[in-house]
Amino acid sequence: MSATIKRFRSLAAGPRTRWSARDLALVAMFVGIVAALGLVPALYPFGIAVPITAQTLGVMLAGAVLGGRRGALALAVFLVLVAVGLPLLAGGRGGLAVFVGPSAGFLWSWPLAAFVVGWITERAGAPYRMAPGLLANLSGGLVVVYVIGIPVLAWLAGTSLVAAAVSSAVFVVGDVAKAVLAAVIARGVHAAYPGLLPVRTPAGDSGG
Amino acid sequence: MTEMGLYRPGRSVVHRLPAGPKLAALVLFGIGTVLLDHLWQVGIALLVVLFGYRVAGTSLPAALHTAWFQVRPLWWMLAAIGVFHAVTAGWQAAVTVVGSLLGLILLAALVTLTTRTIELVDVVVRVIRPVRRIGIDPERVGLLLTLGIRAVPVVANLAGQVRDAQRARGLATSVRAFAVPLVVRALRHADRMGEALAARGVDD
Repeated sequence: MSATIKRFRSLAAGPRTRWSARDLALVAMFVGIVAALGLVPALYPFGIAVPITAQTLGVMLAGAVLGGRRGALALAVFLVLVAVGLPLLAGGRGGLAVFVGPSAGFLWSWPLAAFVVGWITERAGAPYRMAPGLLANLSGGLVVVYVIGIPVLAWLAGTSLVAAAVSSAVFVVGDVAKAVLAAVIARGVHAAYPGLLPVRTPAGDSGG
Repeated sequence: MTEMGLYRPGRSVVHRLPAGPKLAALVLFGIGTVLLDHLWQVGIALLVVLFGYRVAGTSLPAALHTAWFQVRPLWWMLAAIGVFHAVTAGWQAAVTVVGSLLGLILLAALVTLTTRTIELVDVVVRVIRPVRRIGIDPERVGLLLTLGIRAVPVVANLAGQVRDAQRARGLATSVRAFAVPLVVRALRHADRMGEALAARGVDD
């Protein structure tokens, strides 16, 4: 019985046994960063009607800077705070309504997306490099978000998967641009503040 | 903490209802909307939700205004869904689907507008109490949520400092030149915060 609980506990806690005070502080500050990126006015770099809100940039940054475990927790906490009524989403949205609207799946995907970005980034290790970083950002910030968001959109809206996918396709260009930007920013951050990623060993290098 | 949230103070029955039952009602309504497939059922559901706004607010126009403010960010999506259903399954299906979604969104917004942020945080901590069995401390989760709330104005303040520094050096606005120093400042702040938490025994 206690052995089972112990095993569960190690699963819940991951490789390290507990969240340190510094982990909690890093997670909390990234909640603030994702919220602050929601205040950045939307950009229109391609001259078309698809805005880039900086918030999904925050999802990729959380993983790319903090790693998988802490990045995922930061986005989970962010979503809980949105749910309990803080207007932290881009455009000052918040509350429970956004979690039942048709685009809710894209929100729900954020913690897992940040985790995947961070997991791949940690495998690539320090020093941060653009190619694996970009791969991480695209896998988490694009693939995971769309794989969860599109079926939920189709389900909640009662449309076909294809219709939901087509209506989401307009955001791909912006999301690719954000993945590049997130990698550039993450490289700058890791250069100025080393120590967040595991240092690459020769064995780990072949994997990254 | 509460001034920052979407909560609108009030003394109505809806406001005074505890947060737990309100969230439970929202979950039940969400399950219920799946079962609605007649126009009149959707109509009644929408009327019930609008009545909730009427009870919580002052007048029907004010209630409608508040309700519209909550739906506005999603209207284009609802419109697209409505058009899709109207084309593929007829206008009645379109009204039923959009009406159900509208009702759910409006009710969720009503819970948010009438419940204090801190009450909902308490509900979260209470609901997740069983996770103690798998080694997660619910009180620690509550602490993390509070730290997260606190971090929002802190980072906004750091963002202001970075912007001022950029302007002082006459740099053109670039997302990279803004984001890198902002994140680095936030990480350094987290270090100090972590030390302060450890000094208060959070690390045991």
